[in-house]
Amino acid sequence: MSRETSMLKLNGLELEVQRRGSGSPLLILTNEEELELDSPLLDRLADKHELIIPSAPGFGHSERPEWISNPDDIAYIYMDLLDHLGIRTISVIGFSLGGWIALEMATKSHTLFSKILLVDPYGVKTGGVTDRDFQDIWTLHPNKVAALKWHDQSKGKRDYASMSDDQLSIVARNIESFARFCWEPYLHNPKLRKRLNRIHAPTLIVWGENDGIATPAYGKSLAALIKGSRFETIASAGHFPHLEQPDHFLALANSFIG
Amino acid sequence: MFAWHFTEMPYPHLPPLDTLSTMRVSLPNSHYDPKIGADLYNRYLDEYVIASELGLNLLLNEHHQTATCLDVAAPLSAAIVARQTSQGRICILGNPVANRNDPIRIAEEMAMIDNICRGRLDVGFVRGVPYEIFAANTNPTQTVEKLWEGIDLTVMAWTSQEPFNFEGRFTHRRMVNLWPRPYQTPHPAIWITGSSDLESIKKAAGRGYVFATFLQPYDKVKAMFDAYRSNYHDCGLPGGGGMAYMPLVYTAETEEEAEAGAKELTWYLAAKAEPQYRNPPGYVPVSFNVNALRGTYSGRTDAMRAQSLEFLKEQGVMIYGTPDSVAKQIKRFYDLVGGFDHLLMMQQAGSLDHARTVKSMTMFAREVYPQIKDLPRSQPLNAKAAAE
Repeated sequence: MSRETSMLKLNGLELEVQRRGSGSPLLILTNEEELELDSPLLDRLADKHELIIPSAPGFGHSERPEWISNPDDIAYIYMDLLDHLGIRTISVIGFSLGGWIALEMATKSHTLFSKILLVDPYGVKTGGVTDRDFQDIWTLHPNKVAALKWHDQSKGKRDYASMSDDQLSIVARNIESFARFCWEPYLHNPKLRKRLNRIHAPTLIVWGENDGIATPAYGKSLAALIKGSRFETIASAGHFPHLEQPDHFLALANSFIG
Repeated sequence: MFAWHFTEMPYPHLPPLDTLSTMRVSLPNSHYDPKIGADLYNRYLDEYVIASELGLNLLLNEHHQTATCLDVAAPLSAAIVARQTSQGRICILGNPVANRNDPIRIAEEMAMIDNICRGRLDVGFVRGVPYEIFAANTNPTQTVEKLWEGIDLTVMAWTSQEPFNFEGRFTHRRMVNLWPRPYQTPHPAIWITGSSDLESIKKAAGRGYVFATFLQPYDKVKAMFDAYRSNYHDCGLPGGGGMAYMPLVYTAETEEEAEAGAKELTWYLAAKAEPQYRNPPGYVPVSFNVNALRGTYSGRTDAMRAQSLEFLKEQGVMIYGTPDSVAKQIKRFYDLVGGFDHLLMMQQAGSLDHARTVKSMTMFAREVYPQIKDLPRSQPLNAKAAAE
């Protein structure tokens, strides 16, 4: 399978973009830990699609200029990327933070996405001022966060001791950049809810039944705000159901995206 | 050498510490009894007044959402001692400008206090320890930039005698016009704190700010002070820069009594916080976090917590003993770090009661301070060139 990583210069910043496989193009927006990059999941999607997998500014090796302060800004960079690649319409799969960025992009253009698949995305606050739509991953004990995030915590364990300096730097950068962009407002853009009416593409929202960071009930309330969207859950899975139950996820993704 | 009295105004009336997962950020305030708190506030402020009468300078700070420090607004406590004392300098160390989001309000408060105490105020600025991120909900990835922009705006507000416009990265004010101006001209001495970032220390030195660091082993302190000295210029500002170090200090008639007092002060080092509060994302550079992921980096307090009293004494983190012994330890530390200018003494922590606190500070002021007062101050580089 073909796999190529390059640094592209977009609007003055260096963006790391990976291309995998061949077929109809499919935009993959990873989660905040970029865990998809090392999982077999993407190779299986790349059997039928040419995957375009950017690392967001501040993630992977992508540059993080000072002016980028939230996923809304990142959405513009990704739209620049698609322009640069000459892509006018594409389907997208966005995981967690990547799902939020996909939502931001979808509200900026009616015609950009032919299909939208979101997996446990952040981005929209549906609850009241004292409700925690998303559990506070930065004030809870790390063990508690892991328990909320994973149905099977062993799947979230990473072997830092075996990683190179470069790999560890990426882990640390990703943690830092996620906080830079999502600290406040916490994991949402207050304007996004009022922009969801602009989404017309067929949308599938997939949720891990045991996601303790953002519950399936929250996911349903988000789906209710996107006209014509479909909501599906995956059993025995937390916030990253595509990593905990890849077969179930791929069945949903393949029948939806085609 | 200038000696300063300091307490964080702790609230030590807690359940056994081993039953708590944290004393900071999220310890429910049901543990706080306002009647006890009222007594503590008044007692600690009394001790500052006594310190002033003893000829010591007064150092104040603030923290938030923590049992380790009831002083949640150093400008308030500084304003009280500014009015209640008539001698000694008063230093706020410091204003958490990255967490307060309002440098102009800080500039105003400092100017007002400086007027009330007729120019006895020194003004510190701090980035804020990691725990402070949460009470203020500050983005932890840009506190350094916010700190420096806040200092720059404060100084501009103090020194400008015309209204001006400021549209920075973090603060926008289109009509800055400070009333009152500070009592001191051009403005009070500025202090800044640090614990590792040598570039930041050099920057402070280049501007003639006082640099202060706390509770660190002498070799680390020397590395920081060397960095300071490498770029230390006298900019002709009040206070004239220099270096400050804070140990825990207990002075007593006998070694046994001193050791018992010192043990009580270690309450401060034992203060616990859950791990997520100790290293919020982006608070330290990526290279530090790479080491943290490998398990080879932990914070300052963590490193100190596990150590014995003897070790802490040897390192200069704790200074305790009879007056002659305390003076000797200070001089040894002074020599080991290449000299410094301000001895910031945490003379009260934890449950150390009023009588013993006052006894220790009195003994220090009468029998130790005279022995160290004449230790030479740090000399700035090319002071003459800087003056021109």
